[in-house]
Amino acid sequence: MCNCGKENSKYFEPFETVLSEFKGEEPDLIPILQRLQDAYGYLPEDIIRRLSERTGIFISRILGVATFYSQFKLKPSGKHTIKVCFGTACHVIGAETIAEAICDELGIALGETTEDGEFTLESVACLGCCSLAPVITIDDEAYGRLTPTKVREVIRNFKKEAQAV
Amino acid sequence: MKLMIGLGSCGIASGGLKVKDTFSAMAKENPDINLILSETGCMGMCYKEPMIELIDDDGLGTVYGGVTPEIAKEIFEKHIIGGAPVEEYVVMKRDGSGPEAGFITQQQRIVLSRCGRINPESLDEAMAMGAYKGLEKAIKTMTPAEVVEEVLASGLKGRGGAGFPTGLKWKFAAAPVSDQKYIICNADEGDPGAFMDRSILEGDPHSVIEGLVIGGYAIGATEGYIYARAEYPIAIKRLEIAIKRAEERGFLGDNILGSDFSFHLHIKQGAGAFVCGEETALIASIEGQRGMPRMRPPYPANKGLFAKPSNINNVETLANIGWIILNGAEKFASIGTEKSKGTKVFALAGKIKNGGLVEIPIGASVKDVVFDIGGGTSSGKPFKAVQMGGPSGGCIPANLVDTVIDYDTLAATGAIMGSGGMIVMDEDNCMVDIARYFLNFTQSESCGKCTFCKIGTKRMLEILERITKGQGEQGDIEKLELLADQIKRNALCGLGQTAPNPVLTTLRYFRHEYEAHIRDKKCPAHQCKPLIIYEIDPEKCIGCTVCAKKCPVDAISGSLKSPHVIDQPKCIKCGTCLSACKFGAISVD
Ligand SMILES: Cc1cc2nc3c(=O)[nH]c(=O)nc-3n(C[C@H](O)[C@H](O)[C@H](O)COP(=O)(O)O)c2cc1C
Ligand code: SF4
Ligand code: SF4
Ligand code: FES
Ligand code: FES
Repeated sequence: MCNCGKENSKYFEPFETVLSEFKGEEPDLIPILQRLQDAYGYLPEDIIRRLSERTGIFISRILGVATFYSQFKLKPSGKHTIKVCFGTACHVIGAETIAEAICDELGIALGETTEDGEFTLESVACLGCCSLAPVITIDDEAYGRLTPTKVREVIRNFKKEAQAV
Repeated sequence: MKLMIGLGSCGIASGGLKVKDTFSAMAKENPDINLILSETGCMGMCYKEPMIELIDDDGLGTVYGGVTPEIAKEIFEKHIIGGAPVEEYVVMKRDGSGPEAGFITQQQRIVLSRCGRINPESLDEAMAMGAYKGLEKAIKTMTPAEVVEEVLASGLKGRGGAGFPTGLKWKFAAAPVSDQKYIICNADEGDPGAFMDRSILEGDPHSVIEGLVIGGYAIGATEGYIYARAEYPIAIKRLEIAIKRAEERGFLGDNILGSDFSFHLHIKQGAGAFVCGEETALIASIEGQRGMPRMRPPYPANKGLFAKPSNINNVETLANIGWIILNGAEKFASIGTEKSKGTKVFALAGKIKNGGLVEIPIGASVKDVVFDIGGGTSSGKPFKAVQMGGPSGGCIPANLVDTVIDYDTLAATGAIMGSGGMIVMDEDNCMVDIARYFLNFTQSESCGKCTFCKIGTKRMLEILERITKGQGEQGDIEKLELLADQIKRNALCGLGQTAPNPVLTTLRYFRHEYEAHIRDKKCPAHQCKPLIIYEIDPEKCIGCTVCAKKCPVDAISGSLKSPHVIDQPKCIKCGTCLSACKFGAISVD
């Protein structure tokens, strides 16, 4: 058991809410994990442990599922998430050069989070607006028809606006 | 007047919501104007987003494209208040006139007949255009066996990729006697760069629900699942609403339309795994397990979800069903070629001028789609190839552009009909790079269950990576072919069995490009960065300094009015200088 002192805090409240909506059987596992990730931003270790205790599903099974599907995160993300589309349409119009420009601008590689915890950079396969290729999203807002120069501007502007708020 | 705002995913991504806000605000400011403000899904012309359609009181629709909030204001003032269309922004009118009307008039829309024409959240609008009439006919006038026969006679083949006759599949699933059966809609749409199924679900969810209920009736299933890709939140939301509306109206739930047939429908969200589009993996995923395929037989028709007889169909397949039942198998079979019936929806993207959603009768040619409807390449550069069928498919080169689109003819080229992704490429696209791209995708999506797929694709990828880095060796092509053959023959599921296809078709039609990379260490399309070099011709350079200012890594130096030079180790080969120089002084080789 962890002894981080969260036991009596409100930390587990969202967990209880999510769990109360399901029977807690194995076919519910993926939806439960999806809801937990919505609530916590990722799947914290203590939440996974508690889920196993309460449902009787082995931790190995839960982790097996959580690591199989790319949607699940076992580490917290930055405050803002940038997703670079690597779908085919975006690839043929230069997704790679867009990604390189972003990596250079933020000083991180794909899959990493900036040191200040502001940005996490992810790659995705098709954001579903291929006619705007190449596309990225920042916190689910899409930016399309990008060039390396444009995407640098988009990120600089976003940083400025985020600071102003 | 009625105003419909295109709010499919790409409409929203291009700023459709801001346009909607502008119109709502203006409608509030002008309360005496009689205007119904509504929304719709993908109208098909994604390249013209944000789009709106204004329907006059006499029923004529005017479609506007590239609408910004400013243009919205102008349209409101001149067309909605003033009654005169702002021709400048008109894309087409529903009477078939307008500059872009050909994009729609050259299509034949069955599956997409309501897509972009109705508010997807309104059951009444869907019903006014025929939704659930097929269901009513099936339940009230046909036996389940007659429904199966009708679908069989229509010649409809699965639109999810494999092209298996739908009627036959239903016959297999109808045969076993069981206390419980399931019908599942595969809405996992994994091909990266394809958006047909998303657009159907976002634009006309009732067409898919109707297909599922009819299918359930035909095979004797009382429970259905829609397995939807997690990245499709708008589609999922509209499906949820559509299911509720259909339940309220008695098209879903207990005793459908007063009959003794009951059918309940659930949505399951995927969690980001391409392999879950495979039938047995999809079933495992609904059951809450890792989505790994298993050996067949037993086939899902005998032992599927929760070990009960199950039937899985693709979104577009199901969206055809209501039409077939309502209009009859014969009418459906009159469209298409001898062996492939009906229409097919394609998502046209990549370097294409008019990218969007296209539905054509099977039997049209690649040229009809890419040139007549798609308008050719967006860059204006020569068309090189079109990729069909995504990671399982292949490339059709420019010289085969007259190829007829049907299952057999396409298969003969090495490509496949696939689920409908069509990615257009021009001469700047490197075919070795495309092969590497797809292999990288399948390799990272391999579930890891079988050795040939897991390790074989990795070895192929390593070779392709070497080739694109200029480290290709004699014999690499033969190694690729050997591995491809072994993987195709020994992988357990369709993912592995088809993973080598993008490599094999590019080898078939663009072998010289592989050879140029390996032997001459050159990338003829100038795309593989380690193989290209940018240079300034001192004779042509007038020293305008533009390139030096634009270079993102300051790799170019030189003083005003004297020839500039590129510091090669610093150059990241982004190509910015090449497009910046107005004097043609920069070249790439
Ligand atoms: C790796 C893999 C991915 C697949 N992805 C999809 C998909 O995203 N959507 C789909 O409808 N079919 C997909 N399929 C095909 C399905 O397994 C299945 O054949 C199809 O859903 C059956 O429906 P249909 O007969 O109506 O085409 C995929 C197959 C494989 C092997
Ligand atoms: S072929 Fe690949 S994806 Fe399919 S079961 Fe084997 S390892 Fe898994
Ligand atoms: S942009 Fe062209 S002409 Fe101007 S300095 Fe660069 S190479 Fe010379
Ligand atoms: S390929 Fe990038 S949005 Fe579809
Ligand atoms: S999604 Fe907007 S027209 Fe296709």
